[in-house]
Amino acid sequence: MPPVTLTRRNFLKLGAAAAALASGACSRPREPIVPYAHQPEGELPGVPRFYATAACFVGAAEGMLVESNTGRPTKVEGNTAHPGSLGATSVHGQASVLGLWDPERSKAPRRRGLPATRGALERDIADALARFRDSGGEGLRLLVRDASSPTLLRQLDRLVKRFPRVRVHRWDPLHRDRGREGARLAFGRPLEPLYRLEEAGAILSLDSRFLDDHPYRLNYARQFARARTPRDGQMCRLYALESAPSLVGAMADHRFAMSVPAIEGWLSGKNATYDTIFKDLRQNRGVILAGEALSPQAHALVHRLNAQLGAPVSYIEPPREETQPLADLVEAMRKGAVGLLVILEGNPAYDAPLDLDFGAALAQVPLSVHLSLYEDETSARCTWHVPSTHFMEHWSDARAFDGTAAIVQPLIAPLYDGVSPHELLLLLTGEGKGGYDLVRETWRDTDWDGALRTGVIQDSAFPASPVTPRVSPGSIPSQQQGWQVRFVADEALLDGRFANNAWLQELPRADSKLTWDNAALLSPASAKELGVANGDLVDIAIGERRLRAPAWVTPAQADASVTLPLGYGRSRAGAIGNGVGFDANPLRTRAEPWNAGGARVTKAPGRHEFATTQNHARMEGRDLARHVDLTHMDSFRKERPRNSLYPGWPYDGYRWAMSIDLNACIGCNACTIACQAENNIPTVGKDQVIAGREMHWIRVDRYYEDHRTLFQPVPCMHCENAPCEYVCPVEASVHDSEGLNVQVYNRCVGTRFCSQNCPYKVRRFNFFDHTPKDESLKAQMNPEVTVRMRGVMEKCTYCVQRITRARIEAEKQGRRISDGEVITACQAACPTNAIMFGDLSDEKSEINRAKRSPLQYDLLAELNTRPRTSYAARIVNRNPELKDG
Amino acid sequence: MAQLFDPPAILGIKLFLIAITLAIAAVWVTFYKALPAHSGLLSPQQPIPFSHKHHVGDDGIDCRYCHWSVEKSSFAGIPSAQVCLTCHSQLFSDAPILEPLRESARTGVPIRWVRVHDLPDFVFFDHGIHLAKGVGCVECHGRVDRMPRIERVASLEMQWCLGCHRDPAPHLRRPQDVFDMASQPPRDASVRAQLASRLLSEQRLTDCSTCHR
Repeated sequence: MPPVTLTRRNFLKLGAAAAALASGACSRPREPIVPYAHQPEGELPGVPRFYATAACFVGAAEGMLVESNTGRPTKVEGNTAHPGSLGATSVHGQASVLGLWDPERSKAPRRRGLPATRGALERDIADALARFRDSGGEGLRLLVRDASSPTLLRQLDRLVKRFPRVRVHRWDPLHRDRGREGARLAFGRPLEPLYRLEEAGAILSLDSRFLDDHPYRLNYARQFARARTPRDGQMCRLYALESAPSLVGAMADHRFAMSVPAIEGWLSGKNATYDTIFKDLRQNRGVILAGEALSPQAHALVHRLNAQLGAPVSYIEPPREETQPLADLVEAMRKGAVGLLVILEGNPAYDAPLDLDFGAALAQVPLSVHLSLYEDETSARCTWHVPSTHFMEHWSDARAFDGTAAIVQPLIAPLYDGVSPHELLLLLTGEGKGGYDLVRETWRDTDWDGALRTGVIQDSAFPASPVTPRVSPGSIPSQQQGWQVRFVADEALLDGRFANNAWLQELPRADSKLTWDNAALLSPASAKELGVANGDLVDIAIGERRLRAPAWVTPAQADASVTLPLGYGRSRAGAIGNGVGFDANPLRTRAEPWNAGGARVTKAPGRHEFATTQNHARMEGRDLARHVDLTHMDSFRKERPRNSLYPGWPYDGYRWAMSIDLNACIGCNACTIACQAENNIPTVGKDQVIAGREMHWIRVDRYYEDHRTLFQPVPCMHCENAPCEYVCPVEASVHDSEGLNVQVYNRCVGTRFCSQNCPYKVRRFNFFDHTPKDESLKAQMNPEVTVRMRGVMEKCTYCVQRITRARIEAEKQGRRISDGEVITACQAACPTNAIMFGDLSDEKSEINRAKRSPLQYDLLAELNTRPRTSYAARIVNRNPELKDG
Repeated sequence: MAQLFDPPAILGIKLFLIAITLAIAAVWVTFYKALPAHSGLLSPQQPIPFSHKHHVGDDGIDCRYCHWSVEKSSFAGIPSAQVCLTCHSQLFSDAPILEPLRESARTGVPIRWVRVHDLPDFVFFDHGIHLAKGVGCVECHGRVDRMPRIERVASLEMQWCLGCHRDPAPHLRRPQDVFDMASQPPRDASVRAQLASRLLSEQRLTDCSTCHR
């Protein structure tokens, strides 16, 4: 910039112009009211409507009800009727609505990087198909990520009829091929085990991650929470052997951090721990769950062991998949045998196994078409990139893990010039229909309106097949010893498809509390051995493949092993996801997708700055997140509120309160994202998180105590004696007549005294203007909640907008709000029903029942803040015969 | 006598005096323009010179015919072009003044009416509950049936809202009267008390969280 030279005259001119402009800018903006030109039937502006739909994030459908405010999808809620949801949502379900409105989504088809029309695409494909007609489709290949949609399967069938020699390949970086292979070894067919955890008296998890990224995670979480509710002094016991930190390990009564070869060795060998655990499993209707990192032989062995135990598990048979592996496709591509490759979603150029070198092979395909939401790494290497419609924009169908089908129905017309996978396939199958007609035809014998209304197709679950596993599934192959490298899906970004989702990027990971990064996870002992601390770089090498990554030390990690979360290091994810974290795929091969042995890990020069939301993991003697032994529950002591000279404040109406059951909470973070979506909470970026300025209204604290991980969600406590209130100079922090501690944004002048005086540190300050500037992102905002500007303090409101809506409806009918009518956003999303909310003045309410539990306690009760939010202690059910773990 | 101030200081003083004058002018203009009465928003020109006087006062059309969601939603509802055309496809069907309406119905592009009653975005007002509790349309919107062009009669400032929330009884009508422009709140104290008994406490009505969230 040239040096500024300002003469007196120009200064005065500019000053006068600025003053004139400023005075002109003072009148309020004229706001139009825009009615409909043609009013849609049943639309009531100001009253949201909910549509049932479903989406697949981890290999099976999660049913959801999406809130639509005058045509804008703004919030995702779970669908109680759907077995993959049971009313709950995952972090991915919650964050998917932000993905819909992402302004960086691909907007138009591109041919070799240049904007092109859909007509040109159709011509290109038609020309290619004309060449295939005589050869029966030789050279026509399809690559899909997920082939569970019944309509897609029907279309593929049709395609095979038209082109008998077409080949369909499948590549999902988070595939579950090992489990399927294990079932094939045990039963001769690729069956899927469907566990009834609710009935289990003891669970042994062998690195299974059934609460983390299992396709049935929400259902299992609910069942698990029920199994963990003590009945007659009994409750389900959880043993976890795990090679990477997971929610399962954090919830376990006995947790063993072991590498994958160690777990497999433990499983086949006999030792004291094994005998003790199996004795418990035999006596208490135990069940064993195996994770994908284990070899197929280990899976087969687990099936046999479950049969011996009489475990509560049934086996379902998904429809036979006619897809072929990615490796065959790459081989054909190399040979030049592929004339037209259509890639339906997925990003293989980024996440295909390194040894396949998919990207290079792709360059040899004369015509390739990639359908995806973003113009990503694969799009850049394809002839054509076609923008995909978001699942809230198109018709489709999807199956839950148990097979229950659901219709994916659109809530909004495509925002951009995109097509759905079904519509793109129409170009190949040559049918002249739309996505709606295709899906409708698939389900022509079902109650269509009922399926749309309830979000499930009745009786469509796969039947359970009575099977017995073979006796000798073969011995478990020995794995390379030495340092182990474990690949896991990042809990927020999964395989990287959510890399451009700021909510998920900024979501503190359950164990590490890291945001905006992945890290090479090391155990404290290994870190000490290598001489590294948090943020130091390490070199990881497997043979010729090497990777440099910043280390993060966690006690949940096994010694001499390093966990690398996938999904990071994207180069073409978008402005948010580009260059964040490191890409672990360069170490991942076809043969060792989840665990690779014989690695060398060394300290490297340099450091990396992490953004974590919790820098300390110990409670330092303060009893914040409490746990109690199942056998000693009577001894649980809690502080009684101190006596006061003053009489209690009289409340004559509702008294809202919350209870959080730490015994149910699995630390999945669904509440945090649900709150973010509901309450227009902004993301602030990595540098601001480092400065401690994240905005989440409900955070999940994590403590390591007594060799276990404890989670504790912390929203505003809504204290009766709220320390924030008496320091506010402008009365922006006040109590209302129902006991809510409310923050009045239009009064707040931003002194931040309240935050300083809050012992729970739940108040959040807008240091900058984080309100969305993009029209697309503005459309996601919840119209019921104020969008806060810079300089304003904010915090959990107990979803006052939901209380108000319920109160207005009740008052119109001249009645009280009934119990369960107000469900806060965090409560609705919670897979384990850990959060209870309700009215204390109603003696029969659920919240009063929860508050009467002997395990209830107040956080920092010694401060006499008398919080309305309270906790129920976690119950630990250790096996008295087992000393370690 | 030597000059008291040297030239740079004199320049500084002059600039300071000019700055003060400008600042006072700016503040005055700001407040003047921000006042509702002077912001040009009390009764703005609309895309179609719609007359409530004609439709309500002369023709006697019920408020809810056009503002159909007023009892069910927070938002009263602005009629779609289709609703207008239920009558105007027959009456004045080719009046040039209604061309924007016909164009909207034809093209599907909505008419952009100018908002007259504009609350700040941190205020959440609900029409439905006010009607249910006996606050008539006329209480806030005035004699709309006498307005050839819609205008705002209330300041819509918080003080004005609180005037009613603190002492609602004199402003309540019987349920059958809420849409009646000519109706008056009952004078009988017992009827007033009976209407007010359906309300929440004054404390609740003046809680911040009642309107702000």
